[in-house]
Amino acid sequence: MAGLFANARFIVAALALALIVGVAAPAGAQQRNSDNSVNPTASAVKEDQLLNALKSGPGGGDSISGRVSIPDQKSGNLIQPAGQAWRAFHEGALHWLAAIAILGMLAVLVVFYLMRGMVKLENGRSGRSIVRFNAFERGVHWMTAGCFIVLAITGLNISFGKSLLLPLFGADAFAAWSQWGKYAHNYLSFPFTLGVVLMLLMWVANNIPNGVDIAWIKRGGGIVGNDHPPAYKFNAGQKVIYWIVVLGGGCVATTGYFLMFPFYGTDIAGMQLAQVIHATVAVLFIAAMIAHIYIGSIGMDGFSRSRPAAA
Amino acid sequence: MARMKFLCDADRCIECNACVTACKNEHEVPWGINRRRVVTINDGKPGERSVSMACMHCTDAPCAAVCPVNCFYTTADAVVLHSKDLCIGCGYCFYACPFGAPQYPKVGNFGSRGKMDKCTFCAGGPEADHSKEEYEKYGSNRLAEGKLPLCAEMCSTKSLLAGDGDIIAQIYKERVVRRGYGSGAWGWKTAYKESIAT
Repeated sequence: MAGLFANARFIVAALALALIVGVAAPAGAQQRNSDNSVNPTASAVKEDQLLNALKSGPGGGDSISGRVSIPDQKSGNLIQPAGQAWRAFHEGALHWLAAIAILGMLAVLVVFYLMRGMVKLENGRSGRSIVRFNAFERGVHWMTAGCFIVLAITGLNISFGKSLLLPLFGADAFAAWSQWGKYAHNYLSFPFTLGVVLMLLMWVANNIPNGVDIAWIKRGGGIVGNDHPPAYKFNAGQKVIYWIVVLGGGCVATTGYFLMFPFYGTDIAGMQLAQVIHATVAVLFIAAMIAHIYIGSIGMDGFSRSRPAAA
Repeated sequence: MARMKFLCDADRCIECNACVTACKNEHEVPWGINRRRVVTINDGKPGERSVSMACMHCTDAPCAAVCPVNCFYTTADAVVLHSKDLCIGCGYCFYACPFGAPQYPKVGNFGSRGKMDKCTFCAGGPEADHSKEEYEKYGSNRLAEGKLPLCAEMCSTKSLLAGDGDIIAQIYKERVVRRGYGSGAWGWKTAYKESIAT
């Protein structure tokens, strides 16, 4: 009786084994061709499938990647098609954006100046002057402004120098100029960023938008027409410039540092995105600053004689 | 003139990394820079394939298109080379390259990455062929000696092919016909806007 029971257990175990093998077998059979020869590529990864998987959605990631046995693990990215999109932006959309924003702003200002001319003081000078910004504030402004001008020129050089300056300079001189431009761009970013942070701290309390600004805008702010609406320390237009500097400057600084320190906290997709944001914000920033420079110079009386005149 | 291309037959690559080692030795590539590497996809899973990848010397090369100082040029053999004298180390070619080919001697250091380095198809650089300057900057110039890139020449399974695009494509097609399978010419669609039917 005990023997029969042992036999039964053996038979059950054998059947179970046969079942497992039988279930597993069809999976193995799929690896064979119709003539029962082995097809080693039946499950092989195909580039087309992987590229299609990248296109099909966010789950696909942005590159075909695998394992590498060299220390540089980043090189495990085999193909990253996103580079083509970045190239299209940098060599296409960015050129149009910059041309429209910067040349457009210059054109608008020229037309405005021809129509409106310099906004004069209504009753001339009173003979007295007041200190609106102390020496420290003025120093911060000009440190930031000086850095901005160098950063803008060297930044535009990276994107447009090869079209505009390279034919004039020649390859060697242009490369040397661009090399120094890159150093200036990288190192002057630090005082620029410091200046933006100091401006944020110094003037944020005077730049919170309020009801007076709405009234100021409704009356054309003195730019449109000859009205002279009241404002606190900064009028609405100055507040707009302030927030462009603080937010735009913060944006270009953040994205710029991601580019300056490659692979610290980003991967290649992150750096492409950072460059797109950096370039887009920067050209709009430059256009806005051209308007700021216009109003601060030939657009408004008082620029050249801002200090109390002796006579 | 030939139109030089690389083709890695992933069904033959055994991930021995000899191409990587040969390249480093032939050109005395500095520590930390890999002009060529072998990437294994689906490692340890069914259908695993290894692909040896370097600069593919693209038609309409993205690196050349985005370079701010136009330091890239294409030779008569359609090899994409660059001038380290002009390169400012901005990193733009690395953002644009589909294959991660551009390498930099420094990783951080306030964006001063140093002069970009990449596969030259063993064709040196703009300096005079076989000059000391050319060797120090770009490595040896085998093409000028009438030889093909060393990585492909010493590949033990002849997985990696280098040479005229039409000829290596024909070799690959014959292989696919004979053995009855092939996982395709990796990177060709991206680099050359064409692929080899398998």
